[in-house]
Amino acid sequence: MSEVTATPAKPAAKPAAPAAHGAAKPVAAAKMTPEMSAIAAKFGGAVEAAQYEGLLVTDHSKFIEIATYVRDVLKYNQLTNNTATDYIKDGVIEVVNQFTRVPQGGAPLTLKLRVPRPSGHDKTQPVPSLCPLYPGAEFQERETYDMYGVVFEGNPDLRRILMWEGFNGWPLRKDWKEAYYEGDTKPFESRWPGGDHKLAEERVPWEDNVNYPPGFDPFAFKPHPDGDIYDSMLAPSDGTVSIDNGHGVAPTIVEGLNASEMAELKTDEIIVNMGPQHPSTHGVLRMVVKLDGEKVTDLKLALGYLHRNHEKIGERNTWLHNIPYTDRLDYITGIYNEWGYVLGVERMMGLKTTDRVEYLRVITGELTRLASHFWAIGFLLNDLGAFFTPALYFITERDLIIDLLEAVTGSRMMCNYMRFGGVSRDFTSAQWAMARELAFERLPRTIDELDHFLTENEILKARSIGTGYMSADRCIAHSLTGPCLRAAGIGYDVRRADPYGYYDRFDFDIPVLYNGDVYDRYLVRVQEMRESLKIIQQALNQAETQSKVGDIQGGKKAYNHRVPAGQCYARVETPKGELGYYLVSDGNQNPYKYHIRSCSYINLNSMKEMAVGQKVADSVVILGSLDIVLGEVDR
Amino acid sequence: MATQTTNIPDELKNDPRVPEDLNNNIFITTLDKIYNWGRKRSMWPLLFGLACCAIEMICTAASRHDLSRFGWELMRASPRQADLMIVSGTVTKKMIPQIVRLYNQMPEPRYVVAMGSCATSGGPFKEGYNVVSGIDKFIPVDVYIPGCPPRPEALLHSFVKLQEKIEKQSIRTVRWYTTGKTDNGMLVPYLGPDLVDLRRADEIKQKTAL
Ligand code: SF4
Repeated sequence: MSEVTATPAKPAAKPAAPAAHGAAKPVAAAKMTPEMSAIAAKFGGAVEAAQYEGLLVTDHSKFIEIATYVRDVLKYNQLTNNTATDYIKDGVIEVVNQFTRVPQGGAPLTLKLRVPRPSGHDKTQPVPSLCPLYPGAEFQERETYDMYGVVFEGNPDLRRILMWEGFNGWPLRKDWKEAYYEGDTKPFESRWPGGDHKLAEERVPWEDNVNYPPGFDPFAFKPHPDGDIYDSMLAPSDGTVSIDNGHGVAPTIVEGLNASEMAELKTDEIIVNMGPQHPSTHGVLRMVVKLDGEKVTDLKLALGYLHRNHEKIGERNTWLHNIPYTDRLDYITGIYNEWGYVLGVERMMGLKTTDRVEYLRVITGELTRLASHFWAIGFLLNDLGAFFTPALYFITERDLIIDLLEAVTGSRMMCNYMRFGGVSRDFTSAQWAMARELAFERLPRTIDELDHFLTENEILKARSIGTGYMSADRCIAHSLTGPCLRAAGIGYDVRRADPYGYYDRFDFDIPVLYNGDVYDRYLVRVQEMRESLKIIQQALNQAETQSKVGDIQGGKKAYNHRVPAGQCYARVETPKGELGYYLVSDGNQNPYKYHIRSCSYINLNSMKEMAVGQKVADSVVILGSLDIVLGEVDR
Repeated sequence: MATQTTNIPDELKNDPRVPEDLNNNIFITTLDKIYNWGRKRSMWPLLFGLACCAIEMICTAASRHDLSRFGWELMRASPRQADLMIVSGTVTKKMIPQIVRLYNQMPEPRYVVAMGSCATSGGPFKEGYNVVSGIDKFIPVDVYIPGCPPRPEALLHSFVKLQEKIEKQSIRTVRWYTTGKTDNGMLVPYLGPDLVDLRRADEIKQKTAL
């Protein structure tokens, strides 16, 4: 990792000097970057250096002013990450906002806010919401509210998002315990070393994973009405589109009628619910659309049907435990998720890797990018009406990639391949030959074929050109990343913007297109596959001469890692966009805070604006072009 | 035919009721056998994926593993047209009311395969506050497959097991043909302060009473 951490562009991404092992205090204050100094100079009394990293805004009334300065003067135009940390010993909940410059990249800027921890299940005092400045904050703030009970004043729709309204408590607070709670950290004392073979069900009063507050009467209780999501959309509209997203605001026109006849026609508006069980929502996503005729006039998403509490479990796991869990985030791209996580931990621990490790990471990582793009394009075509024919061909190709990964790592999808400072296995010579055959022979042919049959296809073009348009500025404001952002003319790719691994050793391009519609998103993916192949080919060639076979672990192999106290935001460019891990360590064997900046989730933020004004059938296509994976959306 | 059948017995060969040219084309079997034989080779699974396991389910249905060899490839998105629910992934509390409802909407006879450790028991996410420890807490399961995710071969194996189970059922004894014993489906839980299983409502009321 030495090349990476030495990059001059990103001083703040380095962990602060570690405190003594196991000690919560004294805590190192953040190093000041020039940007942070500029803010401190301008807003003197309102900010101070925060713990570990970034600036703490002590005067909340100045927060919006500071954020405006950050956006307009310092040009941090994208809100990357918003979350909170519960410092229970200090009695505060700290809200963390991280901003980045798109497309220049570099280290993110961190602004924090602290609010006192309320007692019990109370909400916190309100903090200012960033939604007016950064519309991309909406979903992230809702998640922080859902998990910590932090109230964001100014968020247009502050409801629970992953759990349901009426759920008892704020799950990520440190003093909130779930039904199967066994201990704060793993390995659990009750099970180790003696072993306790009781099932979880036998240990808890309800013999099940539930818990009810005292005085709860299941007969008298009125569940939060599911229909309120419909009610909130029922406000009458005149069929015009209120968001100016480039689709114009023209009312519905029926051919052969003039404007006054049209007004008399008074078309009805209906609300249609799609999902969570629906063949075209790519999993258990729920989408509620309001339609005027066939035109979408409003759209709301309901998420959380696959919320598996990754972050709560992650805070209890040891550092090493979490690697296989990251596979289950975006389960099409397992290895790449692991990479982001181990990158963060390696930066905090200052671990070095070997050349071989870096090459193997690039090769396996880019192979999963190919697999993911095959999947994405196949299923986008499904949504476009080419039902399963392209998908079947691409699944066949993906299976070949998966075969190789299985041979190397032992599992088809959940590879559990990365280790801190290393990887778990090297390729054998037969596997190496397999990889060469794939990278030099088979996959280039497949991609040519794909391009040949699909790119100029009339139906594909008719359905996708101009569909789901979003301008570059709006994309940035909505925190969109990945191929969708690059299809809108912004060449932002974390592999270049905040480099990691050995990507600086390869010759490859970041494909950028300018129309910002579904067709360009498709094209960007196709071109990215070619670039990935180029990277894999170079990596295979270089690895043969520049790395030693079997040298797959930098530093000592260990099962139990203590990570120095500090925090880190590590990000990688997965096939879906920027996947970030916000990690806080208090020097123990478990992460104190483990947050995933999920690109699928945040990309969904812009779904409404893309779909309003389009036909309902197009909303399905737009969703397909965003390429979400529900495991990562809901975590 | 996989079920046991015989050619026309000798004593029937000269029976005037059987036309001569059919002599070698008549099979005798029981109604149960022929009925189950047809049923087990034409299951229509519900097109319904929950999590990572659903990806392996799609791969099972794709070219390499080719579910249609078993006659099971026709996945229907509507529960009204499906015979089989493959619970392919983590069952969350937020999702379980919908799953139970889908199950109730499927016409009988209906079967359930719990695919993977999550659907079986909660799997790697069992301790999570939003995770149901196995789909069998709410709907009856016919076949469980271990694995995280189970390989496509394992899913195929579960189908073979389910076929074996179907073979053993008899029209005379199965519930769905007996009068007066209609199945009204399972009670749909609701989302209160936590997941409320209405079958346990009395117990909940007692235990939480102040
Ligand atoms: S069993 Fe494993 S692969 Fe299947 S849904 Fe659960 S975590 Fe995903």
